[in-house]
Amino acid sequence: MSAENLQLFEIFLRSRRGLDHKHVGSLHAEDHEQALEYARDVYTRRSEGVSIWVVKSDDICASQEDDSESFYDPSNDKPYRLATYYQLPDEVNNM
Amino acid sequence: MVEIDQQQKFQNKIDAEIKIEPKDWMPEAYRKNLIRQISQHAHSEVIGMQPEGNWITRAPSLRRKAILLAKVQDEGGHGLYLYSTAETLGITREEMINALQDGSARYASIFNYPTQTWADVGAIGWLVDGAAIVNQISLQRTSYGPYSRSMVRICKEESFHQRQGYELMLTLSRGSEAQKAMAQDSLNRFYWPSLMMFGPHDTESAHSASSMKWKVKRETNDDLRQKFIDQTAPQIEFLGLQHPDKDLKWNDEKGQFDSGEINWDEFWRVINGDGHCNRQRVQHHINAHKEGAWVREAMASYQQKKKSKAA
Ligand SMILES: [Fe+2]
Ligand SMILES: [Fe+2]
Repeated sequence: MSAENLQLFEIFLRSRRGLDHKHVGSLHAEDHEQALEYARDVYTRRSEGVSIWVVKSDDICASQEDDSESFYDPSNDKPYRLATYYQLPDEVNNM
Repeated sequence: MVEIDQQQKFQNKIDAEIKIEPKDWMPEAYRKNLIRQISQHAHSEVIGMQPEGNWITRAPSLRRKAILLAKVQDEGGHGLYLYSTAETLGITREEMINALQDGSARYASIFNYPTQTWADVGAIGWLVDGAAIVNQISLQRTSYGPYSRSMVRICKEESFHQRQGYELMLTLSRGSEAQKAMAQDSLNRFYWPSLMMFGPHDTESAHSASSMKWKVKRETNDDLRQKFIDQTAPQIEFLGLQHPDKDLKWNDEKGQFDSGEINWDEFWRVINGDGHCNRQRVQHHINAHKEGAWVREAMASYQQKKKSKAA
């Protein structure tokens, strides 16, 4: 089989129990199983993770950074969503 | 035998503070306990939008309206995080919604109290969200990984809810006599139900023992309630309002407040369906769900169309 038939997979690692998986990179593999083994070999040689997720890159639908201005526009002008927007006197400020 | 080994291994993990993840083996009772607690938590977020939503169109200024709208929107988002978390345990959204609508699942009894005045919006943000935050901070350390992580996310978003509520109460209590009276009345009505949010006394709580052993809960109902009582007392004093608990007294020896007894008859009455708004809250949810059916159908048929075009 030629290398062109390999698919691209995105690799996510959980560094410690209890934490979220984080994207660490990608690799080529025949299928999910092989992607998992490759990911182990490539991305966890120094015990960087306790759990690996592999996802076909094609299955990822990403927002476009070029459009970010209009995409995130509905949230950008709402500072009252932040705790720091509310000024409270020192006596009661620790809430 | 295999089952016993699994049980032991599971408890060892819990004891060693190792988080349980969706694909790990877990006792059926642990799974059920979590589904009950997380779905109840999700329902509370969603039903909790109603009492505050009641005031969105009547907020006294554009600023207050925008704030309230953003808060209620956050609660809807919290519902979503929590339903998704429960789904990692193998229950469907539909099953959970059905349980809410047929009354077999509960939500926090506080949301069965009506919001009669604008000050109630302040009292809810300050006291109800305040009590929820005490509980949720503790749940950040719960043993189930996805639940713990949604608590971290939710706590970050909650921080403004309590502050906007207190700021509102502060404004009213520094205002006219009528405004101050409105703030006091609201505090009087919401203080005790907020204490009830922590659930029955530890000695009466049906799920407490196993929840503590499995570290689903990290602190008991009474301990969390005490924290809330202690943090709230100086906040009431700062507002210059009367404390609703006439028996509240600082206990120097214990380093905490002694307080009066909660009206547990009221607690059980409201939990069991006889609060002011129980029927209305669930009926409203059913109606909204029905009225939204055409949107779900339209989206499904749009998907269908897109698929048949692609084929
Ligand atoms: Fe919330
Ligand atoms: Fe909240």
